[in-house]
Amino acid sequence: MTEMSPMDHAPADQSRTDQPPVLDVRHLVTELRLRRGALRPVDGVSFRVGRGETLGIVGESGSGKSMTCLSLLRLLPRPGGRIAAGEVLVAGTDLTKLSEKELARDWRGRRISMVTQDPMSSLNPVYTVGDQVGAPLRYHGLAHSRAEARARAADALGRVRIPSPEARLDDFPHQFSGGMRQRVVSAMAIACAPEVMIADEPTSSLDVTIQVKMMDLYKQIQEETGVAIVLITHDMGVAASICDRIAVMYAGRIVEQGPAREIFRNPAHPYTRALLNAIPKLGEKSKRLYALGGQPPSLLDMPGGCRFAPRCTLADAKCLAAYPGDSDLGSGHRAACWRLSEEGAPDAA
Amino acid sequence: MLLEARDLKKHYPTRNGVVKAVDGVSFTLEPGKTFALVGESGCGKSTMAKLMLLLERPTSGAVVYDGQEVTAMRGRALRRFRRDVQAVFQDPYASLNPRLRVGKIIAEPMMAQGDLDRGAIRKRVAEALDVVGLQPDAARLYPHEFSGGQRQRIAVARALAVRPKVVILDEPTSALDVSIRAQILNLLSDIQDEYGLSYLIIAHDLALVEHFSDVTGVMYLGNMVEQGPTASIFDTPSHPYTQALLASAPRPDPDHHLPTDVIIGEIGSALAVPSGCPFHPRCPKRFAPCDSENPERRATAPGTWARCHLLHGPDTAPGHPELHLSERTRS
Repeated sequence: MTEMSPMDHAPADQSRTDQPPVLDVRHLVTELRLRRGALRPVDGVSFRVGRGETLGIVGESGSGKSMTCLSLLRLLPRPGGRIAAGEVLVAGTDLTKLSEKELARDWRGRRISMVTQDPMSSLNPVYTVGDQVGAPLRYHGLAHSRAEARARAADALGRVRIPSPEARLDDFPHQFSGGMRQRVVSAMAIACAPEVMIADEPTSSLDVTIQVKMMDLYKQIQEETGVAIVLITHDMGVAASICDRIAVMYAGRIVEQGPAREIFRNPAHPYTRALLNAIPKLGEKSKRLYALGGQPPSLLDMPGGCRFAPRCTLADAKCLAAYPGDSDLGSGHRAACWRLSEEGAPDAA
Repeated sequence: MLLEARDLKKHYPTRNGVVKAVDGVSFTLEPGKTFALVGESGCGKSTMAKLMLLLERPTSGAVVYDGQEVTAMRGRALRRFRRDVQAVFQDPYASLNPRLRVGKIIAEPMMAQGDLDRGAIRKRVAEALDVVGLQPDAARLYPHEFSGGQRQRIAVARALAVRPKVVILDEPTSALDVSIRAQILNLLSDIQDEYGLSYLIIAHDLALVEHFSDVTGVMYLGNMVEQGPTASIFDTPSHPYTQALLASAPRPDPDHHLPTDVIIGEIGSALAVPSGCPFHPRCPKRFAPCDSENPERRATAPGTWARCHLLHGPDTAPGHPELHLSERTRS
């Protein structure tokens, strides 16, 4: 078991491929300057996603998972939001070093795209679906005429399994059901054949029966195009059903990451264990749920040591004093917990 | 029985036709028990909550509380109903008045009831805060000074302060984070055990419902399609819709396979409820009578019934409903 400081670079951990990752995020730090001071909603986050792979970033509200996504695309709130340190490499190019113009022209929506939670707010109600799906194609110069944009928009709608896509190009968003709207948003995201797609809670506003079909669709699109997917979710069930690897975020940092099966079968970090224990599971009849005490720390008042220590039943003086480095648990499974680096896996959850 | 829905209907006339939000739903809530209503968005479960609270008047049918029809109540009886049946809503950011101090928020229902003096009300506020695990000085603060989970505790305290018999919980934890959800659910269970409360919980999270309720009713497009003891509904679901809901629920298990063929398309419109069984356009097992006749209830297990033609004619049915049970492998 090796110990690393959080500032060391993550070792190669692609379980599937030997080729370089499509998305390589290194020590990303995002700062928000407010009147009350500077906050760091993302504080030293590193992960990699390979071609055809899905990484799930799970965490509770305020853990920094959405801010991480917005940082990848440099869509931070202005003024005040900025990437303070770190690199975001997409196919070897560091997006943090590009000018806004280059980023908008060649990358954002073209090689790295995004799907957000609420399909109604990501679609413009006064433009037809055909115009909206065609817009990124024309903007990025992949369609040179209106007719070509329409043809390619229809193709994208077909790829997200919208029945008779040509006939629906001139429909407006309100003429689609919730699940179909999320398909339209996904069609916009894949229209330019990106290498990376970020999906921020893409199914959270959908009913479970529709959710299942969306996840299945993402898997199919991934098989067809090899797109790398970063899925942000608070739902461990959703993460389990689609992700190859999982990163668990807490208070701006990744506390544990590894292959999905490892995270669910052998969770190492006390926070991951607590999260998994706190969800009611079908077919489990116990009357009481495991309840994690307290609440996540405020960004304005971050604990000095391990950020989970104030809520952790295993915490001791060391945990409160310094942030633990990652412990390598093998096959790309890593967790940042003092108890792991000291004496193997903690035994209580 | 404490609270009962008798063939409740709520139809909303609109310019485009009549929306049948609730179309003939019956169930009873027993003292000290929890009844859960589950279903997808648009199935009418939140309208049911409003009807049971008399925030909406039914188009037909009745809500019966303690043997009396609620819509016919006046004066003292109505005031008693308003006290005995309380509610906790989904979003504690919307359900608490941001301009009032927490003490006033909790005191308001008691002030409206008008049968307690100021000293007694203050004492009840302190008690209620204690029951939900908040400090007494919380009463002097405003809602924005609390986190989501703490706000939901305040909403629970407000419901409890008048000493109700029934609490209607409309998605009480879906706005909360996972680790906070468990705290609130455990709190609600403890309170129920201690005070013998009855809960009517409206929820879409099936694992939560299985964990939390005694009796479950599954709604689809304003209709109750299956109802019975929670264990029976979850162990041996008879209606294809219940089976589809259970099979589609995501599980924290990377080896669990979610089937995509248990349901077709999306929920229909309450403006144009399909003929026959309202679920038939989405049902992969539909056959001859499904699009013309709405099936009658059929007992499937003790205290359990479902409305499905498959249960009426196993000889004519192309598949037996129990076939899909094997897909719901236990994890």
